[in-house]
Amino acid sequence: MTATMPEQRFLPRESLQTLFDVLAERGYRTIGPVVLDKAIQYVELSDASALPTGWTDDQQPGHYRLTQVESPRCFAWANGPQAFKPYLNRSREVLWESRRDSEGNLEFVLPTPTDKPLAVIGARACDLAALALQDRHFLDQARDPGYAARRASLFSVAVHCTHPATTCFCVSTGDGPRATSGFDIALSELDDGYLVETSSDTGRALAAALPLQPADDEHNRAAAAEIDAVAQRQCRQLPSDDLRQTLFSRLDHPRWEDVAARCLSCGNCTSVCPTCFCHSERDQVELGGARSQHLREWDSCFSEGHGHLHGFQVRPETRHRYRQWLTHKLDSWHDQYGRSGCVGCGRCITWCPVGIDLTAEAHAICDDAIEPEDSA
Amino acid sequence: MSPNLPRQAEVVDRTEESPSTFTLHLRLTDGAPYRFDPGQFNMLYLHGAGEVAISIVAGDAQAGVLTHTIRALGRVTKGLQQLGVGEHIGLRGPFGQGWPMQQAQGRDLVIVTGGLGCAPAVSIVHHVLDQRTRYGRLSILQGVKHTDDLIWREQYAAWAQLPNTQVLLAADVAAPGWRGHVGQVTALFDQLELDAPRSSAMLCGPEPMMQAAAEQLHARGLTADAIFLSMERNMQCAIGHCGHCQIGPDFVCRDGPVFPWPRLRPLLGVRGF
Ligand code: SF4
Ligand code: SF4
Ligand code: FES
Repeated sequence: MTATMPEQRFLPRESLQTLFDVLAERGYRTIGPVVLDKAIQYVELSDASALPTGWTDDQQPGHYRLTQVESPRCFAWANGPQAFKPYLNRSREVLWESRRDSEGNLEFVLPTPTDKPLAVIGARACDLAALALQDRHFLDQARDPGYAARRASLFSVAVHCTHPATTCFCVSTGDGPRATSGFDIALSELDDGYLVETSSDTGRALAAALPLQPADDEHNRAAAAEIDAVAQRQCRQLPSDDLRQTLFSRLDHPRWEDVAARCLSCGNCTSVCPTCFCHSERDQVELGGARSQHLREWDSCFSEGHGHLHGFQVRPETRHRYRQWLTHKLDSWHDQYGRSGCVGCGRCITWCPVGIDLTAEAHAICDDAIEPEDSA
Repeated sequence: MSPNLPRQAEVVDRTEESPSTFTLHLRLTDGAPYRFDPGQFNMLYLHGAGEVAISIVAGDAQAGVLTHTIRALGRVTKGLQQLGVGEHIGLRGPFGQGWPMQQAQGRDLVIVTGGLGCAPAVSIVHHVLDQRTRYGRLSILQGVKHTDDLIWREQYAAWAQLPNTQVLLAADVAAPGWRGHVGQVTALFDQLELDAPRSSAMLCGPEPMMQAAAEQLHARGLTADAIFLSMERNMQCAIGHCGHCQIGPDFVCRDGPVFPWPRLRPLLGVRGF
């Protein structure tokens, strides 16, 4: 890894604010991590002092706690419940508006994008991998105009991950801890500052406006070692990054019943997952009835309405829903988008109220199918 | 035309098919061309209420009129039922993969429909009658729960009179005077004049019926890849975005609604997909 590392420069910690200032000067609305409601969340911010300096996290299945430690670092934590997905794939969005005149004629209008270009500071490798998947979903075959507009203007500042949670398994999915694509600038955080690398023209132009210094060998070595150490610390993994056929050939495995008995069908896992794309559509009429907005809102394959047809419910029971979630995420995504739908962020494990761990479920269902000689 | 935005359509005519079923004849008011394949569907939008996916029964390119037969079941369809001639709705489409009419040219067609899911099947009949010489024998097998559910009786009777056309009807429960079969539609296969190697089958209706029909036709000599099914799922976006219509790896709105049977066979009848 170290050998192919791109050329890096050094941004002293006290100059981090310049990054915010330069983004603001260029017209970006910047979002980044802060501590909000006892969790790391991404909100609009203009000041480096709002970053979660000295905060770190403890995550376990069904467990998330932040604690403060004596550290100058701002990115010494693993992801909270959401990163920047809601800023691109909004939890609620107007798709179009229907306007009816006094004669009963209808006119259909797409909303005009009015957003400022968006910059995200602190994007993690897992979330950038998820972004690439959301891009394929919302841009490739049918183009979603709202998503496309926001996506085109996105400037991303990645921060390589050095503090995985116990729930993380991005090494196993091949998506982290180092961000390798999808960013304009990437930072490696050290105690005294940041190593800065760029991977796009916009990124290089912006970096040119930062007070960067040459990076010394000690910085390079320390940063690489911290990222490499993450691999040693992650204990979870999926049975394989390609479970195609394996899950679908085991639809009768007793473990589906077992997990269904624990799962509450609450949909938390789907609402924190950075790759989930399901949404429902509905109309919201203005008072008077002349205008009606056609809305999109996040939905979940665990919801009652997801599989609803008149006179028929495709997924009446929790076991059907959990099986849909897991087979889609780890299997059908390969056919749909050429890879698994899981980037190993571990959120669904942390935020599941009963601590269901999809890696454990996948192992229970798949292991004896993949390695018959290893099965107990 | 953006698949994301409805166009305005005017109700130019409406037909009451049964107390709960009606047909809307729609004309797009923008005058722009509209082409569809039999088996494709549109999203019809009722102002203030929402959209529903409705199969296109027929289209008259010259008059620019599109026909949709709808069952009043939910809020939107019940609202559509109230519409009168001259009123306006929104229309997005056409969407999805229709029946393989090109591939079926020169072959005999066996159409099997059950319940009230007959609109996609009727679109095939219209297409075949339009281009009659391109297709071989046409067999239409329609099953319903109760004879009262059978709409388009006169149309079936008229089709039965056409040369090289066989119409077979079945009802689980028959009213007095019913001349068709009493029982399931698949029981009609015994009466079917079938030249299996040169036949393609197109099925629509309840999944257990389609599954049984596909298996039986296959057992009677049709190759698996000559059997096609039109699927129904919760559809909200019609463009492969909302995720509701998925069956395994397929988005029914985009990869279907018509699928070759082998594509669906592994998951057909598996609860939850
Ligand atoms: S399935 Fe779970 S671990 Fe995988 S990307 Fe989604 S939330 Fe993260
Ligand atoms: S797996 Fe956990 S988070 Fe997901 S629906 Fe079930 S209980 Fe909720
Ligand atoms: S109807 Fe939305 S994905 Fe198919």
